Amino acid sequence: MTHTAIPAVGTASGDPQPTHTGAAPLLRRVRLPFSPWHLVLIPTSFLLVVPLLWMLITSLQTPGEANKFPPDLVPEHPRWQNYPDAWDAAPFGHFFLNSLTVTTVVLVSNLLVCSLAGYAFARIRFLGRGALFVVLMATLMVPFQVTMIPVFLIVKWFGDNIWEGLGIDHIGALMLPNLATAFGIFFLRQFFQTVPVELEEAARVDGTSRIGVMFKIILPLSMPALSTLAALTVLTSWNDFLWPLIVITSTDTMTVPLGMSYFQGAHTTQWPLLMAANVMSLLPMLLVFMVAQRYFVQSVASTGLKG
Amino acid sequence: MAAGSDTVAHRSVRKRFLSADNAAGWTLVSPGAILIVLFGVLPVVMSLKLSFQQSDLLSPKTPWVGTDNYERLFDDPQFVDAIKNTIVYTVLYVPGTMVVGLLVAAALNRSIRFISVYRTAAYVTMAVSTISQGIIFLWLTDRDYGLVNAALGVVGIAPQPFLSSPSQALLVIVAMTIWGWTGFTVIVYLAALQGVPAELHEAAAIDGASAFTRFRTITVPLLGPANLFLLIWLTINALQLFDEVYQTTRGGPLKATTVIVYYLWNRAFVQFDAGYAAAMAYTLFAVIVVITALQFRLARRHVHYS
Repeated sequence: MTHTAIPAVGTASGDPQPTHTGAAPLLRRVRLPFSPWHLVLIPTSFLLVVPLLWMLITSLQTPGEANKFPPDLVPEHPRWQNYPDAWDAAPFGHFFLNSLTVTTVVLVSNLLVCSLAGYAFARIRFLGRGALFVVLMATLMVPFQVTMIPVFLIVKWFGDNIWEGLGIDHIGALMLPNLATAFGIFFLRQFFQTVPVELEEAARVDGTSRIGVMFKIILPLSMPALSTLAALTVLTSWNDFLWPLIVITSTDTMTVPLGMSYFQGAHTTQWPLLMAANVMSLLPMLLVFMVAQRYFVQSVASTGLKG
Repeated sequence: MAAGSDTVAHRSVRKRFLSADNAAGWTLVSPGAILIVLFGVLPVVMSLKLSFQQSDLLSPKTPWVGTDNYERLFDDPQFVDAIKNTIVYTVLYVPGTMVVGLLVAAALNRSIRFISVYRTAAYVTMAVSTISQGIIFLWLTDRDYGLVNAALGVVGIAPQPFLSSPSQALLVIVAMTIWGWTGFTVIVYLAALQGVPAELHEAAAIDGASAFTRFRTITVPLLGPANLFLLIWLTINALQLFDEVYQTTRGGPLKATTVIVYYLWNRAFVQFDAGYAAAMAYTLFAVIVVITALQFRLARRHVHYS
């Protein structure tokens, strides 16, 4: 716990006070029943959250209230009807279903494929392992804008030659390029390397195959890492915009971000309706974030500290 | 491990190639390797080839034009403008986000009651999609009915056009993206701040150092790695700005917010000038690599790892 920078006002938390600070004697006698930092943190948190709060408030306004200036801060009669109205105004059912399908497939695929590869890189000495790892990791340096045009062409080829469902303007096209990521492999490899080798060796001596070891020993011990990768994959996949923008043109095949963008274009000044739709589109990821918050925080923090 | 106890040379080499480990290793690695090579490595090569061709993405005819695309870049005033806009954006957004993130993280670095609520409020912007951010800020900065103009009105400032003004639009996008990335930045800084040993502060405080001096001489240097990470991550991010621009201004008004990636996307998928766009993308790639390398170089001189 760091020491507060305001020793002039007493704190109730019992921190050892640094010696004489030179503040006016009158101030030093004021004692608040709570830490003065609440006075800083409450407005700060409020400011950070205010765009979301205002979105919520607007979503319950009538068009007349929204077009008032200066606006009323609290709607007199919350217009919950905005929500069903928004839902009906665009194929939101399709948007959510598409996002759900794509994200689920991408998640499962990543967890599976990256675990297999990560385990192989971590524990199996095979010919060419080093070179292959370097090549795969090098792709992390390349920005999406460099690969997006050829990936479009590749996906188009798949759709024309293998299966229509994988091609342009189909859901498969949203999944195909994202079924495995170099980051996922790197991340899981790092983690698998920390699992004690003795456990695996004991199992292998007992006759378990490599794959058996992976599923029975490594994966159960890797739940934190798998949960973290899952949380990150879900967030990235759901909120992806540029790639869906490139491949999808039919509204029925759109994912939530793309659908929201389209919806906003079609209803530019119907703010309460737009905000209701926006709230609906944000809810799934807000929920995921709340549930998996510690995984997000952990992953970002550890990446930032190790550089 | 290969059971290389065979004395016959070629038999033992063949055994090594087909050893159980090689088979197992390659089997497990193949799905991932194939996918990443197909969608990560191959496109890099294809993009390079495409940048030397003229392509409209649809027809199979892609005549070779050599370095024409690259030469065209330097004569293209739109490209030059896009670079300018991207630089302005980056120079404002990167330090802006770091300062805001550090201040908020410093405030959050204590264990008072409700601290987890305050922290969640700071982190939550991470979950908001770029498109949702764009829609919210379009509404907040609406010239006629927006909350920001209402607040300005309270202190007597006239309503501003914000996103409909060529001079203000980019600044609004800076503010919007700073807000969006605060959560991420706070997480990094908070973790770094929590890594500063309390004993250092206590010892310095006993010696009479003020809170500000302690912050300057103990905390700030130990934030080096976090600063470097954020500098690089946020810069790469800034150079790739697209979603928020698309959602709020479509590159306008009067192309004031057309940044590099927006121009690139437009060239490739709206004007179907894919070869030229590929050349642009490769140039951006080179720029990102150079800037990142420079930042690392800078860091080696100034960053201390404990």
